[in-house]
Amino acid sequence: MAVTGLVFIGYVLLHMYGNLKVFAGQEAFDEYAHHLRTFGEPMLPHEGLLWIIRAVLLLSIIGHAYAAFTLWGRANRARTQKYVVKKAVAATLSSKMMRWGGVTLLLFVIFHLLHFTTRTINVNGDKDSPYERVVSSFQPEMWWVTVIYLLAMGALAMHLRHGVWSACQTLGLTNNAKSRARANFAGVFLAVVIAGGFALVPLSILLGIVD
Amino acid sequence: MSAPDGTKTGMKLTLNIWRQPDATSPGKMHTYQVEDVSEDMSFLEMLDVLNEQLNAAGEDPVAFDSDCREGICGMCGLMINGQAHGPVTTTTCQLHMRSFKDGETITIEPWRADAFPVLKDLVVDRGAFDRIIQQGGYISVNTGSAPEAHSVQVPKEDADRAFDMATCIGCGACVAACPNGSASLFMGAKITHLGQLPQGQAERDKRVVNMVAQHDHEGFGGCTNIGECTSACPKEIPLDVISQLNKDLRTAMKHGR
Repeated sequence: MAVTGLVFIGYVLLHMYGNLKVFAGQEAFDEYAHHLRTFGEPMLPHEGLLWIIRAVLLLSIIGHAYAAFTLWGRANRARTQKYVVKKAVAATLSSKMMRWGGVTLLLFVIFHLLHFTTRTINVNGDKDSPYERVVSSFQPEMWWVTVIYLLAMGALAMHLRHGVWSACQTLGLTNNAKSRARANFAGVFLAVVIAGGFALVPLSILLGIVD
Repeated sequence: MSAPDGTKTGMKLTLNIWRQPDATSPGKMHTYQVEDVSEDMSFLEMLDVLNEQLNAAGEDPVAFDSDCREGICGMCGLMINGQAHGPVTTTTCQLHMRSFKDGETITIEPWRADAFPVLKDLVVDRGAFDRIIQQGGYISVNTGSAPEAHSVQVPKEDADRAFDMATCIGCGACVAACPNGSASLFMGAKITHLGQLPQGQAERDKRVVNMVAQHDHEGFGGCTNIGECTSACPKEIPLDVISQLNKDLRTAMKHGR
């Protein structure tokens, strides 16, 4: 759970860096997208790096989901008779949303791949330029696309908030009060930076800062 | 409590209590009224008042566990209004009725975990904890005369931390409060306590591996680091111990256990 989660954190940081290239203009963004495909050539085949990353991510999502559903199942079996009254005292909203939030994120990733990778879902005219595909997708008349992406970023922020802290605990890195506080701060910090960084792009397009 | 003219002056409470005749019969919630409860009574004394009332009426009294009633033995433990040991960080026996309001409705349930089967009413079998301890919650030493205390030196900080973790009384509140029904805080306390001291090193790897295996075998859930356990713990065992448990498990795996 923790190790595969760290793989995803590394990936979303890189992904966010690429997305923010949108502020450097069409040429820089499209060049970056093209370069991702030619990266490492001729040592790597065309799109070689992308396929390596995709394989690692696919294995990670299988491991992450398997561990999550195993824990979910164990929790259900550990308490078959529920409480009539049960109060949560310490649980953060993020920790309570971990399981359904994770399922939501998985559904979003599928939608996102169909949207931008396979281009099966075509929301506002299929363009050859990756930059134009992004900008046309988040136009004000396509407001529902922006809503889906922003909701997903909310889910991502909450998943990161609890996930980062929980991963530190699982890896045995939080053996005193100070390191626990640091791990919690890291969770909030990464949640704000990553989800915020991703959200900047659709919001800027919606507000006409990027066109 | 009665005023000189004989009128009752104490608190009046409505109690919703889980009643279950034995381990194999189904149970359900029952409602009782109890009057004339002093706010100086402990929660268990309030239940004693109810049981006297039930006895007088020829009904079966409510079964609940208690022993020392000093907050140190770990025997008592009730889910009170959805919180293990009620709204105050203490054991059920040290919870006082001043924490409740006159006229309040209080819901009382047993610890809910399949690894803690209900024996009767509010009494659960916590034998699973004993079996986890049997798998490594000890150190092996040769008996005989006690060795010279100064022959093994322990830094003050280590001794203090080991002592703090040794305060776990095994009441089971951590399991009761955990949304996953996990006993990780209980295990972590023992693993941290013994792992902090030189005497605990010889069996350190074996201890964590065997205790976790027994924990999972008993049917407790897995920890997802939510933190309900530590806020329910009457001895305030911190979440650090679960991190320590994971660290010890990782080290044991590295050693090929």
